[in-house]
Amino acid sequence: MKTENQKAWFLVLPVLILVAFSAVIPLMTVVNYSVQDTFGNNQFFWAGLAWFDDMLHSERMWNALGRQIVFSSIILAIEVPLGVLVARNMPKKGVWASVCLVLMALPLLIPWNVVGTIWQIFGRVDIGLLGYTLDALGVDYNYTQGFYAAWATVIVMDVWHWTSLVALLAYAGLQSIPDAYYQAAKIDQASRWSVFRYIELPKMRGVLTIAILLRFMDSFKIYTEPFVLTGGGPGNATTFLSIDLVKMALGQFDLGPAAAFSLMYFLVIMVISYVFYIVMTNLDKEEGGE
Amino acid sequence: MTLTLKDVSKVVGGRTHVYPTDLTLEKGTMNVLLGPTNAGKTTLMRLMAGLDVPTSGQVLWQGEDVTGQRVQDRKVAMVYQQFINYPSMSVYDNIASPLRLMGLDKATIDTRVRETAELMQLTPQIERRPLELSGGQQQRCALARALVKNAGLVLLDEPLANLDYKLREELRAEIPRIFEKSGSIFVYATTEPEEALLLGGNCATLWQGRVTQFGPTPSVYRQPADATTARVFSDPPMNFIEIHKTGDRIRFGTGDDVAAGARWQDLDDGTYTAGFRPNHMTLEGADGALNFDTTLVVTEITGSETFVHVDHQGTRWVGLVHGVRDLDAGRPLRVHIDPRHVYVFGTDGRLVQPAPYAEAA
Repeated sequence: MKTENQKAWFLVLPVLILVAFSAVIPLMTVVNYSVQDTFGNNQFFWAGLAWFDDMLHSERMWNALGRQIVFSSIILAIEVPLGVLVARNMPKKGVWASVCLVLMALPLLIPWNVVGTIWQIFGRVDIGLLGYTLDALGVDYNYTQGFYAAWATVIVMDVWHWTSLVALLAYAGLQSIPDAYYQAAKIDQASRWSVFRYIELPKMRGVLTIAILLRFMDSFKIYTEPFVLTGGGPGNATTFLSIDLVKMALGQFDLGPAAAFSLMYFLVIMVISYVFYIVMTNLDKEEGGE
Repeated sequence: MTLTLKDVSKVVGGRTHVYPTDLTLEKGTMNVLLGPTNAGKTTLMRLMAGLDVPTSGQVLWQGEDVTGQRVQDRKVAMVYQQFINYPSMSVYDNIASPLRLMGLDKATIDTRVRETAELMQLTPQIERRPLELSGGQQQRCALARALVKNAGLVLLDEPLANLDYKLREELRAEIPRIFEKSGSIFVYATTEPEEALLLGGNCATLWQGRVTQFGPTPSVYRQPADATTARVFSDPPMNFIEIHKTGDRIRFGTGDDVAAGARWQDLDDGTYTAGFRPNHMTLEGADGALNFDTTLVVTEITGSETFVHVDHQGTRWVGLVHGVRDLDAGRPLRVHIDPRHVYVFGTDGRLVQPAPYAEAA
């Protein structure tokens, strides 16, 4: 009896086709665009690495990247500690635990563009509760014109939308700590801070790594909310990488540079995520956490 | 140093976890709390430690009322079934942590940590972190953290339950040695009668929130005060059968009628419950043994011994017999019990007559 044949390929084929259509072909199309130039009529000319070179020397891209890094750093610096703080103060069991969980999950259920719209109206000086109140209090607040007002609104909006994710993950991490740890710490006369530093933080390390990675990747790709809220303005104040990319690709139809830009964007996210991951898992080993 | 529980009880949400209990633990004693899961062992320990406040009653430490005192202010150490250590600290720092919180100077801490590590055989692992250690070493580290404090009261809540057989045996053999050196009051909760006997000391048997008996472990085992204690302190549980005495005859269950003889002569006429331990049931008859016709339900072979589950007139008995007995379920089986191994309890459960073998020992 022949025990070897090639039939197994048929089992793998559906996956190969699916991955090809959903990932490989679109990605290769982008790669294709990034090394060619077109003047319409489906005529393409080889451009080599010219677009990449262009983009690397584009002040516009460097500015957008700078804004993006500042934005993601601020987001992480606020959302991670705040999420942990919220998680630590949520009730551990009973009816209120469920109520809190549902309330915390609510912002996560709202679509991005709706969040943008909510804050766009909320922040308006004429009809928005927030804008009107601030204006009435004498604060010079107008997110469509003021640089700081626009940034503050985008950041607060993101914190409002996504802190829940960090809080829920941290909460799950905290729930997995057996009560005996807290009892043992109590018997040792450990302070609240020691309990956090030496029990809760090491035990939450795994979920926090995931939370930080998710929040980094997501905030680095942010598009819809600031697009709906400020459209990238005032001026270019809140034009983050994705917004700039869409302007270039669809607004100006500069497909070549936009494709080169996308690939570099993708690489930047991958590299930074990888660095984050390596640093955090190494910390893990040093600290002996789980 | 003495720890006294005076009429201490604990009720949580209308359910009584511990009924009013009196217990006095003396300095330098090993006290085993023996009982099945949910018997109230952990609750009792939490009350002793001060992690819970009793619903009623008083906790006295050296005669002083410490009932409302926080656990932080008492001299207590506790070890749990889970291996509880600070995950990010080395073994050294873990052992040192309670001393640092007590504010001792560096040199004293160092001496005591190294002494305790040596006692717990952790010296080679002292720079490692708990999660790099085996389960047994992790629990040694937790024990070391409890011992280093020199707390007057050391509570061990099923500390060996999560260890595999070999490590459990190893650590169990060491515990009495460690305990002797410390001079503290040790309280050790376990579900296993065998463990209680190996640890010795005193034993309090618990059943459904009540301490059924408290005394030296071997004598609680040999002369249980009542049927409940006998059931708790026997694994598998003690087997029971109703007996009726009239004149010089004793009737077992609904059938077998034997002469009361010298063994049961002094009993008043009436109904009693007879009990015998599984290891006293034999499949080989002997002179003077009581014989019972039963139906075999199932046999469980555990290496060199066999658990024989039989049905005797509707009551399930378990016997532990030597050797591998591969018998067919459902077949009739004649089992034998030496009258010297039979305890007699009153219908209220109180011990009326201990088994003679136990009295002699």
